[in-house]
Amino acid sequence: MRQTEHLVHKYLRSSKRFPHIWCAGCGIGIFMQALIRVIDQNEYSKDDIVLISGIGCSGRLPVYVDFNTLHTTHGRALTFATGIKLANPRLKVITVMGDGDAVAIGGNHFIHAARRNVEIASFVLNNSVYGMTGGQSSPTTPYGVITASAPYGNLEPDFDICRLAEAAGAVFVARATVYHTQLLDRLIDKALKKKGAAVVEVVSQCTTYAGHFLKLKSPVDMMKWQKNNSVTVEKAKQQSEAELEGKIVIGVLVDRERPSYHEQYQSLLAEKSKI
Amino acid sequence: MTKREGLEVSIAVADAAMLSDVDVVSAYPITPQTHIVEHLAELVANGELKAAYIPVESEHSAMSACLGASAIGARTFTATASQGLELMHEVLYVASAMRFPIVMAVANRALSAPISIWGDHSDVMATRDVGWIQIFVENGQEAVDNVICAFRMGEDKRVLLPVMIHLDGFVLTHVIEPIELPDKKDVDRFLPPFKYPLPLDPEKPVTMGAFGQPFIYTEVKWAQEINLEKSKDVILEVWQEFGKAFGRQYSPIEQYQTDGAKVLLLTMGSYSETAMVAVDKMRNDGKEVGLLKLRLWRPFPYEELRESIKSAEILIVLDRAISFGGPGGPVCSEVKAALYGGEKQPKVVGFVGGLGGRDITMSGFEEMINRGIEIARTGSKREFEIYGVRE
Ligand SMILES: Cc1ncc(C[n+]2csc(CCOP(=O)(O)OP(=O)(O)O)c2C)c(N)n1
Ligand code: SF4
Ligand SMILES: [Mg+2]
Repeated sequence: MRQTEHLVHKYLRSSKRFPHIWCAGCGIGIFMQALIRVIDQNEYSKDDIVLISGIGCSGRLPVYVDFNTLHTTHGRALTFATGIKLANPRLKVITVMGDGDAVAIGGNHFIHAARRNVEIASFVLNNSVYGMTGGQSSPTTPYGVITASAPYGNLEPDFDICRLAEAAGAVFVARATVYHTQLLDRLIDKALKKKGAAVVEVVSQCTTYAGHFLKLKSPVDMMKWQKNNSVTVEKAKQQSEAELEGKIVIGVLVDRERPSYHEQYQSLLAEKSKI
Repeated sequence: MTKREGLEVSIAVADAAMLSDVDVVSAYPITPQTHIVEHLAELVANGELKAAYIPVESEHSAMSACLGASAIGARTFTATASQGLELMHEVLYVASAMRFPIVMAVANRALSAPISIWGDHSDVMATRDVGWIQIFVENGQEAVDNVICAFRMGEDKRVLLPVMIHLDGFVLTHVIEPIELPDKKDVDRFLPPFKYPLPLDPEKPVTMGAFGQPFIYTEVKWAQEINLEKSKDVILEVWQEFGKAFGRQYSPIEQYQTDGAKVLLLTMGSYSETAMVAVDKMRNDGKEVGLLKLRLWRPFPYEELRESIKSAEILIVLDRAISFGGPGGPVCSEVKAALYGGEKQPKVVGFVGGLGGRDITMSGFEEMINRGIEIARTGSKREFEIYGVRE
């Protein structure tokens, strides 16, 4: 408790920016706390961190925390982040995006930031809908689910954000839910330390819209659903595709090495300036 | 006989698109447009509207999908606002230049940064020059009527241009108003089925939007300009026909209490309703003020403006957007340009106000008009003033 209080005072813009806009029971706050916890444990200087978001309920997160923060336009967090990282590689660059932000309107940037391997720790808060605009289908809305824009069920298949990140070239890819907070802390920690493009999909609950559509009445039901449907990466390896249907595979999915974009850029500059 | 019922304006706008028998709707959600497109999604899904609904991943894609649909001759509708309209920007030019009569409702909203979901006209003004017909509406009924008119205006063979219907975000989109939805049969009679003269057709291949070399590009643009200018005749004709069929009259500039008015205020969109109340009050107090409501923004109604200011000495223009570093609000500078060199030149005073959802109340309008009169007489240090700004 004392520790939480300390974190609140140290990291939240509590006097200026609160109350926040999130609904009671929303998962975004759980992620925010985890992020702050890990940053505090690592004793990173607040001034060395840049937190960038697009637009959406998830995108509101940087507004509430006392780092260098940039609240940009819908879908473009990674482009701003790329500019920041290349201009000042010393900074720890973090993006927080919604599923719509990252893989709908900003999908292009998502694949190219991973392909270039820009050293950015990206957290995609996947609540399977456009929360902020009132619960329309997003590219991660499961097939058949009713949403505000698909009143008789969504006809589009959904994206697997992690497989997309992996295929595009991200060097660290992982998934947790906001129920699994200890795992979440560990994954955030790894992502923040990774030298390259790191993507963590954080399965979260939009209690106001997705809860209603998924027929999960309360935030507690939604978190129980996260608990009961998750399978660790290790266990998933023993299971068939059919068994894994509809399950959330959690843990580290990809952890590999490849020179990051700014490292390559700097060595090129060093080499050419010698000539 | 149709009757008036209480309807959310967004829902009524979607219903108007349905009554117009749209074939394709493509949209991406953004506040405060969402209810329009969600209702259309519902109408398509439950079979009430026989159309294709394409839920895309951004506004750029939404407008692009509309272009494609329009190219094969489909009647096409979309809606957006603010950042979404800006994201469409490059494709908006293509729509008008390729002569696709897409109809789009814009739920006017401020632009970032700072982020604001509330209303003003910054989004529209940034798309002023894209070559679309642009109409501002003042209330829900006007929105419904003008969506229907827009298809007929845009699809007329003499026009073939896309049309934007601007309705203020929240204060119009999210309110329930008494609205008369026209009868389907009457709409069918008023709005003939769409026949695009030269659609994409594998039997008769055509090329659209090909390279415009320097020897032809200027002529294409000139033709486009003449065409937009001339569309005004058709717009007037359609409004007249609409009046005959449905009993509601529309004009490029509507005059309110202008008889003998020495001072005129010019507004656009929903603020005109509040301004009317303010003008009534000032008239009661014995002041000779009147109101001009600019409905047709593109093509700009030069003659109607010149005609409507004939007896005025002072013309006060309220803009809900800033043209940064320019001579004030975009509407005011156009009004000045339109009157420049004319026989009759009232003193034009520009205000910017109502930015990012800041309300202007009835007494606010009164205050603004009085301040405008004062500026006209004694001058101001600035080219324009911002109403109610804290310095
Ligand atoms: C260019 C543009 N189009 C649309 C919007 C409207 N908009 C704001 S947030 C959002 C979707 C949010 O969904 P997601 O990214 O999943 O975040 P969530 O709110 O669910 O956390 C949309 C469509 C916008 N702000 N800008
Ligand atoms: S709408 Fe959904 S995602 Fe947004 S704050 Fe509420 S619960 Fe969270
Ligand atoms: Mg989301």
